[in-house]
Order: sequence, then C-alpha cells, then structure tokens
Amino acid sequence: MMRTVALLFYLLMPVLTVLGENRFPQPQFESGYSMPAISVPAPRVASWELLDVLVLGGALSLAAWLILKKRSRRGVFLLTVFSLLYFGFWRKGCVCSIGGIQNVAAWLSGNEAVLPLSVAAFFILPLVFALFFGRVFCAAVCPLGAIQEMMILFPKRLPRPVSLALGMVPVVYLGLAVLLAATGSAFIICRHDPFVPIFRLGGELSVLLAGVFLLLVGIVVARPFCRFLCPYGVLLNWASRLSKWHATITPDECVKCRLCERACPFDAIRVPVASLVSESRGIGVRRMKWLLLLLVFLTGIGLWTGSRLEGVLAPINSKVKLDQVLRSNHPAVEKKYALELEAFRSGGRNPQVLRAEAEAVRRQFRVGGACLGGFLGFVFGMSMVGVSIRRSRDAYEPDRGECLSCARCFRSCPKEQKRLKP
Amino acid sequence: MSELKVTGVVQSRREFLRNFLRGVLLVGLAGMGARVMLGRRCQSAGDFDRQKLCKGCPDVAFCPSAVLSVGRKVWQLDPSKCTQCGRCATHCVLQSSAVKCVHRPAQCGYCRLCFGFFQPGATTLNSAAENQICPTGAIRRKFIEEPYYEYTIDESLCIGCGRCVKGCSAFGNGSLVLQVRHDRCVNCNECSIARDCPSDAFRQIPATTPYRLKAGTESSAS
Ligand code: SF4
Ligand code: SF4
Ligand code: SF4
Ligand code: SF4
Repeated sequence: MMRTVALLFYLLMPVLTVLGENRFPQPQFESGYSMPAISVPAPRVASWELLDVLVLGGALSLAAWLILKKRSRRGVFLLTVFSLLYFGFWRKGCVCSIGGIQNVAAWLSGNEAVLPLSVAAFFILPLVFALFFGRVFCAAVCPLGAIQEMMILFPKRLPRPVSLALGMVPVVYLGLAVLLAATGSAFIICRHDPFVPIFRLGGELSVLLAGVFLLLVGIVVARPFCRFLCPYGVLLNWASRLSKWHATITPDECVKCRLCERACPFDAIRVPVASLVSESRGIGVRRMKWLLLLLVFLTGIGLWTGSRLEGVLAPINSKVKLDQVLRSNHPAVEKKYALELEAFRSGGRNPQVLRAEAEAVRRQFRVGGACLGGFLGFVFGMSMVGVSIRRSRDAYEPDRGECLSCARCFRSCPKEQKRLKP
Repeated sequence: MSELKVTGVVQSRREFLRNFLRGVLLVGLAGMGARVMLGRRCQSAGDFDRQKLCKGCPDVAFCPSAVLSVGRKVWQLDPSKCTQCGRCATHCVLQSSAVKCVHRPAQCGYCRLCFGFFQPGATTLNSAAENQICPTGAIRRKFIEEPYYEYTIDESLCIGCGRCVKGCSAFGNGSLVLQVRHDRCVNCNECSIARDCPSDAFRQIPATTPYRLKAGTESSAS
C-alpha cells in the first residue's frame, strides 16, 4: 500500500502541485478541540524606523558641532564608536545611505513605485549635511566608515597617482549600481557590502572574507573601502566640495610650519602652492582648449563603449537570463538552471511574453549603458582637467572632497595647541 | 596689485558658482523629499484593527499614526508561486533562514496519513525519525480524536526547506506554506532569497499586511 502511494506521489507530484488545495474536508471535532490561531509576528523593525531617522539627524548635527565648533577628535571618536554599535551591530547595517542610492535610482526610473520615507531620509540627510558642513557623515556616523576607523593603526601614504587612479573605482561602482538598480536587475551595493556580514555575524562567506581582507588592508591603508570603493562617498565628495563651511586644520591663520603635513591618514591635506605668474595667458588658454577637447573625446568614447555593454550587463537581469536559457537548448545550461526552468514551466508562463519583457530590459540597458559610459568618460575627463589646473593656495588646507572631517589633524597645529592651552 | 585683483575676481566668481550649485542641489534634494512625502499612499485603510488610530483619513498627509512607516515595505513570498525549490533554506543571510513553514489549521484535514509529515516510503504511520519528511523533525504530530491528528511546526527547528510544503500541496490540502517570519527577518534592502528565487515568488509588500497566508491575499500582523 505504501509503495503504491509512494509511486503515485512521484508520478503526480508535478501535476498536483499546481492544482493545490482542499482535497480533504474540514473535520468535525467531537472532543471539543479548538483550532489554534496562526501566529503572525509583526515586523520587528517597524517601530524603530522613526527612532533611526531621529538618531541619524541627531548624530549628524552632533558630528558637525564636534568637528566645526568644538574641534574635538575625542568627541568625534566617541560618536564613531556609538555609530558603530547603533547603526552597525544593533541595526545590522541595513538600510544604509550607501544602499539607499539604489532605492532612489529604482524610484526615479519608475521601476519601484514607492520610496520609503526612512530610506529617503537616510539618502538625503547626509548629503544635505555635506552641502553645509563637509563629510561629517563619514567622520562619525556611517557604520561602514566607523568599523574601518577602528583599524587605522599604521597608516602609510600612497603615491598621488595611485590614489587618483584608485579613486576612479567608486565612480564606476556608482554608475553600475545606478544602472542595475534602475533597470530592476540587481542591488549590487547590498550584495557586495563587505561589512554587513560582520555586523550580522553571518552571511555569504566570500563577502565576509572580503570584509575581513579590507579591514586588514585598512591597518596600513586607512579606510580603503571609503576611499577606493564607496559609491556614496563619490556623492558626498562632490557635495562636500560645495560645502558652505568646512573643517579647517588650524583654528586661526596658517603659519606654514608644515607640522600638519603628515597628520592625515587619508592623504587629504594639500600643501600651499605659490600663485602662478610663470605661465603666460596664451599657453594657459591653449592648454584649456586641449583639455576641453579631451573631455569631449573621452565622453564620446564612453558613450560608444557604454552602448555596447548590453551583452555583458543585461544577463544580470533575471528575465534576460531566463530568456537566454530558454533559447539556448544546451543541456549543460539547462542543467545549471534546472530549478528556474522547472519553475517557469510549472508556472505556466508564456515564453513569448518573457521574450518581449527581456527585450524591453535589453533596450533599457542599451540606453542606460550609453549614459553610464558617457558619464564615466566625462568624470575621467573632469578629473584630468582637475589635475592639470594648478590653483594657488597659501595655506595648508584639507581637500574638501577627500577630507573625511575626522579631526585628526587639528592637534598637530601649533595654533590649535595654543588655543587649547593659552 | 593687479594680480591680487584678478585673484579676487576669480575667487568671488568661484564662490558664486559654488553657492549657485549648492542651492540647486539643495532644492533638488528638498524636492525629492517633498515628492516622497506627498506621494505616500495610505496602506492602513481597512486595517482598523491594528491601526487603532486610523480614522480612514481621505488624505494620507494627515495620517497621525504612521508618519514614517507609510510606504514601508517588507519582504514576503507568495505561496501560490513558490515551487518549494529549497533555496529559502539556504539563501537567507541569516544563519537559520527567516523563512519558516507556517501551518494553517483552518485549511488542514487533520489527516492520519499526512503527506507533509510522512516520508513517501514510510513503512509505519508513527513518528519515528526515519518516517518523517522533515529533515530536522520540526513537525509535531498529536492525536486528537479518531481519525484526526493535529500537526504543529516548531519554528526553532524548521529550516524552511519546504519539503513538507511540497508533500502537503501535492497530496493534501495545501495547509502548509512557507512564509518570511518577521520576528526573524532583518528586512534586507535586497532580500538575498528573492534575488535567487526561481519562481519569482518574493515581493515587497506593505508592512501593515506582512503575510500572505491565503493565495493572493495579504494578512495583517497581530
Ligand atoms: S566613504 Fe562611504 S563607507 Fe566611508 S564613511 Fe563615507 S559613506 Fe561611509
Ligand atoms: S526560493 Fe522561491 S520557490 Fe524556492 S522555496 Fe523559496 S519561495 Fe519557494
Ligand atoms: S520540512 Fe522543511 S519547511 Fe517543513 S517544517 Fe521541516 S524544515 Fe520546515
Ligand atoms: S530579507 Fe534578508 S533576512 Fe529576510 S528572508 Fe530575505 S534574506 Fe532572509
């Protein structure tokens, strides 16, 4: 009897799974048994959301005050520890401002109908603060920055060309993340967030290892994720360049004693440059012309290359991938995607409809890829323009874009020492 | 002297540009915030039990109960799409998956021979481990009265593999379903099961109705 049942079970499984429910009538109990209720626990984070936004706003304001008014590295450090514990280990790092980029991109592209208010707040607030006070979010509020901050033990300087080249990586990451989120394909920032597995004490092994690796690198190269990977850092960098106020190394006037020159673990301090009298106007104008031409050229190259990336990028989208698999007729491919194919067939979906949907996504990738390429070409070009324009500077100053406002350099200034102990 | 003046002009021009760009960006960000605020949809309408405060306001902008939770979503899977592929057990970011089997007594036949409980090849109908379909023995079977047995899930043991669900939907009433349990789920920005679900069963649904316990419906939390 059991044997027959087992046989039937295997034979009919695929058919019956689709058919579903209520083969047996509801029992009539005589012993006074009453059915237990189903427990449906509420989402545990729901009530914390308002608190999170308030803490974020509070921490940002406190950070701005500590850096710009109080000029206290100690205070900044304590706030960093708090943020690591609260936004990192207690909130488990999700949803963060960095990942919020993708929600915003998906929302702006119309792929996602709603942008939850708390996600919007996490995306907008640090940028607004950067527009006024510089990257105070990076200094003491971001949990990913905070965990790396704890590892800065023996920071070494990187050659400027190296850090400039590596500094382009986050821009590429940002562009890709926006494109993939806007096409509804993937949230690569969340997928590859190296520190969230540490906050959660679990997660994908490869990502966890990447996080540990970055932390170890961070012993000698201060905050490697922030400087050479973080896509939100790119936005904060741009916003901070426009900031109304910004942390200054000295509370007073720079006496060019050079004492602060090596105080920054992130190589963000710029040395004074004499004003340029040597260059004649003609040469300057000619150089500018060449640079602008280069900018246009790079943007064009980017547009062209980007529009050709569809073949590589589009299969990241599950619809495009499934369409490819359906059309491949290759046993090895079909075996690899057996579960997907089974689900597709048992779901009774129409391959033609899928084809059309996949084609629409591909089209988005062609247009979006071109935009991405053009954007990257433009940013590369702009950074070259930035490198070759020499501005006069008559004091030691932090680079407004790269400075994380950590307040480390303040104490190296003799004027600051005097301010503290007059 | 004249050089100083030129520097001064350049500086003030640069200052002007910075102020201008900052203003533009601030207006943009504020506009975005405003859109989000005004674009909110009330999700608690008709859910008066939970949202005691809800008076069914016509305009969500006046909603007193859910200043920030409006628009908030949580991940949930649709049992009518799920093919019990087994990935729910393995792809969650949590050590023990946030997806668990949920038993719906009202749909259950209280069968003596439960296809969600017994291995297809089971030789006797008792609770010996080798007879059970569940790899962790998370399902409890209790005699109620002839011929009915009650089944309950021990969620601390369930790993969300869905084998019982497959058996019950194939031969029984389909009273067992997989669900994201929100006391465990940390509500990742991108659910890592959703990303790899072959049946496209995961969706983000309003946090006020975070379960799908009947096909096509959403149930509110208690
Ligand atoms: S650069 Fe990115 S990861 Fe680093 S502190 Fe800033 S926002 Fe956080
Ligand atoms: S991953 Fe999808 S199909 Fe597989 S068990 Fe989970 S919900 Fe069902
Ligand atoms: S068979 Fe799998 S899904 Fe069902 S109760 Fe056991 S562990 Fe949970
Ligand atoms: S949202 Fe995260 S915690 Fe919840 S089920 Fe998905 S992967 Fe697991």
